[in-house]
Amino acid sequence: MPTAVLLRSAVCVTGRFPALAGVDLAVAQGEVVVLEGPNGAGKTSVLRVCAGLLPLADGEGTVLGCDLRRDAPALRKRVGMLGHAAALYDDLTVFENVRFAVRAAGASLSGVDSVLERLELGGRVRRTPVGRLSAGQRRRVALAVLMTRRPELWLLDEPHAGLDARARAVLGEIVAEAVTGGATVLLASHEPQESWPLADRVVSLVGGRVVGERPVHGAGSPSEAPELRSVPGGAHVA
Amino acid sequence: MWRDTVLVAGKDLRIELRSRVVMQQVVPVAVLVLVLFAFALGPDRAPMAQAAPGLFWVAVLFASVLAVQRSFALEAADGARDGLRLSGLDPAGVFLGKTAAVALQLAILEVVLTAGVVVLYGSHVRSYGSIVVAGLAGTAGLAAAGTLYGALAAGLRVRETLLPFLFLPVAAPVLLAGTRAWQVALGTAGRAGDVDNAGDPWLRLLLVFAAVYLALGVVIFGPLQEAS
Repeated sequence: MPTAVLLRSAVCVTGRFPALAGVDLAVAQGEVVVLEGPNGAGKTSVLRVCAGLLPLADGEGTVLGCDLRRDAPALRKRVGMLGHAAALYDDLTVFENVRFAVRAAGASLSGVDSVLERLELGGRVRRTPVGRLSAGQRRRVALAVLMTRRPELWLLDEPHAGLDARARAVLGEIVAEAVTGGATVLLASHEPQESWPLADRVVSLVGGRVVGERPVHGAGSPSEAPELRSVPGGAHVA
Repeated sequence: MWRDTVLVAGKDLRIELRSRVVMQQVVPVAVLVLVLFAFALGPDRAPMAQAAPGLFWVAVLFASVLAVQRSFALEAADGARDGLRLSGLDPAGVFLGKTAAVALQLAILEVVLTAGVVVLYGSHVRSYGSIVVAGLAGTAGLAAAGTLYGALAAGLRVRETLLPFLFLPVAAPVLLAGTRAWQVALGTAGRAGDVDNAGDPWLRLLLVFAAVYLALGVVIFGPLQEAS
């Protein structure tokens, strides 16, 4: 299976703070990898580096065959990111936000209606300015944007946050469908009960480094997953 | 690039139609500037008519700072800037789209201000062609330069205060050339035959300014977005 994400000794700095202190990570195409770790461990930074939004200060990185130092703008077209912020325009309606993203990506509008219906964003909500929606609904709109763009690499940062039980279930289905369609998923989460059942592997980060990983494919719940396996050079094993 | 230009301009203008920030806040401020200067200059129409072109372009210049700040504030909210970077849009298209949206808003403002100058300052337009050409070229130049410096300041915490410092000195040629071109068009430039009484060089300066900043923006807006 070809490699979708390959980071070698990746270092990146936000301001004066080293967000990543030498991350080594390889993710195969079609794999679902969950990033876990305490606050400030570097999970969001790994996602932003993989999206080409955060430059590498040192080390090497290749994502979807694009060199992160040289080809970041070309890479971004092929990547979709669900971040802490929804990246939406408050004064545009749900449909207008999604339509703008779809047209910007040069994708077809044909599937937009079904996506909105599936995420319970049809009817009156579809015509509502995003600024008037609840946090959970905004999250769903951001997810709708991601789905309609059909990226090759899905970068999901705490995707379950703010979603109700039904939307969380739909998110699980959507991730599974994306993988079936050939996409790769990198997911940062503090919620193992929700995220691990989706994953093939869990990678632990502490202090901007990968410290261990465990395969979780087929494990029904976190309690059934095998123990964390330390990674050579890792500073700490949970 | 042109498809992206239309897409971004349409998005920005749709947001403005909904929020009406520029129309309900920037236009009244610009009109207020004209009214206050009219009070300051006194009831005598002659000095008011003489000062009208300069006051018009000063009002447009300050309004353009507000319009550009608003244009980039849209992208600063809720991580929209990251969304724009991930959207796959051509940076040149984003630059031209944002420039076009700002320019259209400024053009509407200028129509209102022109009416204000005629009513409040008693100005008489002698050459509508020059007024229109100066307005279009000056607007395009201000919008292009403003968008470029807006992108430069966008990633910084002090962007609101930094933008006027960066942009206003650079826009001085538009203020000068626009004022002189309008003086000629309004017949307040001086005696016939004076060098200053020829509007063409000033119109050419406005056109060159607009062309330079449009070309510059198309080329360096992408790297600016990456760096800021």
